[in-house]
Amino acid sequence: MSGTSKLRDTLLLALALAAMLAALAMVFVYVPTEKTSGIVQRIFYFHVPVAWVASLAFLVTFIGSILYLSKRTARWNALAAASAEVGVLFTTLILLTGPIWARPAWGIWWTWDARLTTSLVLWLIYVAYLLVRRFAGEAERGARLAAVVGIAGFIDVPLVFVTVNLWRTQHPTPLIFEGGLTTAMLITLLVCLAAFTLLYILLVRQATRLKTLESELRLLQRLREE
Amino acid sequence: MLASLWAIFRKDLLRELRTKETIVAVLVFALLVVVIFSFATGTGVTTDVAPGVLWVALAFGGVIGLNRAFVAEKENACLEGLRLCPVDHAVIYAGKLAGSLTFLLVLAVVITPIFLALFNLPVFLPRLALIIVLAVLGFAAVGTLFAALAVNTRARDIMLPILFLPVVSPVVIAAVKATAPVLAGASWGELATWLEILAAFDVIFIVVGALVFEFVIEE
Repeated sequence: MSGTSKLRDTLLLALALAAMLAALAMVFVYVPTEKTSGIVQRIFYFHVPVAWVASLAFLVTFIGSILYLSKRTARWNALAAASAEVGVLFTTLILLTGPIWARPAWGIWWTWDARLTTSLVLWLIYVAYLLVRRFAGEAERGARLAAVVGIAGFIDVPLVFVTVNLWRTQHPTPLIFEGGLTTAMLITLLVCLAAFTLLYILLVRQATRLKTLESELRLLQRLREE
Repeated sequence: MLASLWAIFRKDLLRELRTKETIVAVLVFALLVVVIFSFATGTGVTTDVAPGVLWVALAFGGVIGLNRAFVAEKENACLEGLRLCPVDHAVIYAGKLAGSLTFLLVLAVVITPIFLALFNLPVFLPRLALIIVLAVLGFAAVGTLFAALAVNTRARDIMLPILFLPVVSPVVIAAVKATAPVLAGASWGELATWLEILAAFDVIFIVVGALVFEFVIEE
């Protein structure tokens, strides 16, 4: 690893850590408690950024998959794979933080609402993505097949959402852009979004590097065997 | 181009007509799904549950049939032969898609009347035929792509359902929601939205499938 890259990583880590601490302080100390839903509403400041990061992650996987198939450079594959792993992790967090809020707010853990169902289907598609990579045998084939799933899966998401939305919906409509949040709440949300986005960049950078090193190691091992 | 498409389709059709292995096995399996479902939901299956039973049987039966379409290609290295054909890979996709579509249509044509009779529903429903054609085309478009993909992995039998079922969830939802009013004797108007979704899904996934198919079968 070059010196500048290492410095950049340290800076990124420091920045993400500072943003995350600031986000925690704002969520638990600064922001006022929401009047109607009470203390449990605070999970919103984690739930929304986590959902944003998951969407971002799968978009990056989609773009990485297309670029890998057209250019065939290991870097794009590593990026797509790393982003999908982080995306599955964050989708899992959506599916965990959602019910924690839904139980006190709606009285139920789960409902087959458009956003909930789409998140669940999304999770299933990208778990399959990771499995394809694992079960493909050779790394190159895994990269190629996973890229196809990364493309088809991402294109499926709007179709799932539209269909489930017509089917049934219960999720609170996002009020973020309609002035449903006070200034303090909006600032807190923005800080949380920034913190989680930085965390995403940090995780994807590390995972991408790990994957690149792994494939280099495999290459070296193969050369030694020959 | 159409000639090569026809040749691939005809090859699949001939192979199946000569052995009839897959279609018979899948028909029995789909029928079993219907029977098991009626045990699981109790004998009083209402029109609420009936559309779901039909589509679970077609989706699960379909996924098994779709898998076989490429397992046979893989076993005798026929996939290499297909790949060497001097045609665009999208044509191979279209040929295999036509084969899978025919297979799924035969499955639906046999299973649906049996299902309707078993649940004492009206047997002649032309509108249901349109839903079936649109939904099954969606199954075939996604299934052909993912079956070719799954056959190249180690866990080929489990890989296809894992990939196929979440991606076709819009088709399953739309087909079930469109089937319910048909069974209740509703008008075309109530179906329109669901038919549009099915058609949109078909077009999108046929295009995506034709575009990315070459990456699935290359070696």
